[in-house]
Amino acid sequence: MTDRKAAQTARSDAHGDPRDELVEHLPALRAFALSLTREGASADDLVQDTIVKAWTHIDKFQPGTNLRAWLFTILRNTFYSARRKTRREVSDTDGIHAARQATRPEHDGRLALNDFRAAFDKLPDEQREALILVGASGFSYEEAAAMTGVAVGTVKSRANRGRRRLAELLHLEEGEEFEMTDRATLAVMAQNTPILR
Amino acid sequence: MNTRREERRQAAIEKQIDENLRRVYEQDATQQIPDRFLQLLDKLREQE
Repeated sequence: MTDRKAAQTARSDAHGDPRDELVEHLPALRAFALSLTREGASADDLVQDTIVKAWTHIDKFQPGTNLRAWLFTILRNTFYSARRKTRREVSDTDGIHAARQATRPEHDGRLALNDFRAAFDKLPDEQREALILVGASGFSYEEAAAMTGVAVGTVKSRANRGRRRLAELLHLEEGEEFEMTDRATLAVMAQNTPILR
Repeated sequence: MNTRREERRQAAIEKQIDENLRRVYEQDATQQIPDRFLQLLDKLREQE
């Protein structure tokens, strides 16, 4: 089952102790944390704080509602309140994701995906968040609006600004070919050219 | 005519962006969960 699918089935899961289901949402929580922090160690600290908060405040969770959305909301609130406390902007370090990826094989077409990550990491927090919630994790605009405490139109405009900025950063506006279109092509490319650049 | 083509181009770009977003996200979301989280859950459960 893809993670996107899991996000959808999570909506209907309404029985039993929700704490038993926490573990199923950890991979998605980590992915969301990474998109916010852009850095592995901070992301894992954020996930850890979220687990503890969710566990100790599980009585605040309304059975029958979307557990994943609830967990994501806790995670983002934790992220932003920690940020406000330290009043320290995390520097926009382009190489962070690239460094994290460096241990992975380089011959499977992931290099271009790293370019995408690097571009994504340059977006403002609110645009990254909107894009991950609606573009990647399968939440509706309405759900994302409720999770982030803003109007639906605001989520839409953040997501659209983020997409436009990504298109600029990746030079899609200039009509350049975007290399990450399909897996089959990539597989062929990877076989023929072990080093893509 | 040109605006319609421009709209189609925009839609195609958006689709590409969203596909890549999902790939990045799913790449992160299919990583193995670190033991520290499973141990944390066990600890929380023991403290009940």
